[in-house]
Amino acid sequence: MNDVPMQAYPATWSRPPQILTHRGWRIVIQLGIVGYLLLAGASIEVDWQRVVVGLERGQRFAMGFLQPDFASRWGDISRGLIESLTMTLTSTVIGVLISVPIGIGAARNLTPRYVYLICRAIIAVSRALQEVIIAIFLVAMFGFGPFAGFLTLSFATIGFLAKLLADDIEEIEPGQADAIRATGASWWQLINYAIQPQVMPRLIGLSLYRLDINFRESAVIGIVGAGGIGGTLNTAIDRYEYDSAGAILLVIIAIVMVAEYASGYIRKFVQ
Amino acid sequence: MLQIHQLTKTYATGDTALSDVSLTVPEGQIMGLIGPSGAGKSTLIRCINRLVPPTRGEITLGDVDLAQVGHRELRHQRRRIGMIFQEYSLVERLTVMENVLSGRLGYVPFWRSFTRRFPAADVQRAYQLLDRVGLLDQADKRADALSGGQRQRVGIARALAQEPELLLVDEPTASLDPKTSRQIMRLITEICGERRLPAIVNIHDVPLAQQFMQRIVGLQAGEIVFDGAPADLNEATLTTIYGEEDWNPHRDDDAPEPDDAIATHGKPREAIEEAGR
Repeated sequence: MNDVPMQAYPATWSRPPQILTHRGWRIVIQLGIVGYLLLAGASIEVDWQRVVVGLERGQRFAMGFLQPDFASRWGDISRGLIESLTMTLTSTVIGVLISVPIGIGAARNLTPRYVYLICRAIIAVSRALQEVIIAIFLVAMFGFGPFAGFLTLSFATIGFLAKLLADDIEEIEPGQADAIRATGASWWQLINYAIQPQVMPRLIGLSLYRLDINFRESAVIGIVGAGGIGGTLNTAIDRYEYDSAGAILLVIIAIVMVAEYASGYIRKFVQ
Repeated sequence: MLQIHQLTKTYATGDTALSDVSLTVPEGQIMGLIGPSGAGKSTLIRCINRLVPPTRGEITLGDVDLAQVGHRELRHQRRRIGMIFQEYSLVERLTVMENVLSGRLGYVPFWRSFTRRFPAADVQRAYQLLDRVGLLDQADKRADALSGGQRQRVGIARALAQEPELLLVDEPTASLDPKTSRQIMRLITEICGERRLPAIVNIHDVPLAQQFMQRIVGLQAGEIVFDGAPADLNEATLTTIYGEEDWNPHRDDDAPEPDDAIATHGKPREAIEEAGR
């Protein structure tokens, strides 16, 4: 110990500003943000009459929601639902099967640079195009129906899963891979013994998550003609049958919740 | 016999980790490699099995220059060199048996390793090695269920499963407690003795090195600054390797520590406020 009295040390401490250290600049920027928000808010034009009309329609929609009618359109609903579920499952399986090699190829620590660049380019294209845009394009190519939806969801799955898998592979513990390399293992053996055990739980978790997303997306792309429950929902709204539309939405919500719960349950087991 | 001739490693960043290191490890010798952090100990070991590609120089094991072999041949040469790691580097989600059998990966075709159908002789040898390191009853457990000492024993069994002609050991005890460290070092030296297996052991702990090594090489800033028997390590040689420090283990606790005393005197509040302005 030393003999400096306790009172000699400061008793207060406040965290020094980390990004803008100059007090003047801090004030200028904060005032600027507030001013911009006020100006931007003032520039929005609101047509109040339109809002009133819309509220009325919204009310009818909400009423339909409160009295969902499952019975009168049940044939359409169940057909759309089965189509959507088929589309979801097949596209997830195919998407995962294609994503795995692309994901491995897009991991910088495993592949030569040109393979890496090609695989990252595929991922970038798939991620850049939103599902609805791909669906419109594929519906134009293959006609209305679930086949276009299946292709859309498979394509979108690749961008999602391959990217997250590649990022996960790049973050593996390098020591384990070094140890397997040091035994004289080939590249395939390295993948099988050092990479696969490390990324498998995450791959399973991501696939289940993507299954979930694909079901929700299947409802959206149905609206542009790619089949499934989305088409049924669109028809119901077009006919002003808000009670049937409410029933469809409730079914979608129920299925998403079941999928969510089930995937969480499965993920706990694969750690 | 391992012969290293004028080995140099310069990293892409321009840092020279090793400069003109020459070294010979004869049959059956257990050599300790000591030196401060960043001296190039790990780089030297990893250059030998080419986990780190050497920049220049020759590394001859038997009559093969490991620094020159091509990609395919490298795989065959790595089978001859077993490696034991600091953080064990077991594949955590695989079983103990799979980890030991992974030492055979260089010998079997992909389909055998993928289906886990290793040749009977490999499986028997794996069981024998697990018995040797005292883990026969743990074979079916997952590697992450074992304690640190047990994991390092699996690491040893994996390296030996390769039937190596040389053992590279990278800080085998850095993550272990003192007692387990001694048990692991004893196991490694015993096994090397049984098989007349030469070994290069990177080691931080100087007393441990003196206790178990037959020869000590001191590395400092990528150059060999000491090469001799453990008994020759004294205050002067340790200072050449590590730099100035009090090497005497029995220090007098009542003695004043001049450095600390000076640093804390003065007027702290003024000093802090001054710095804050």
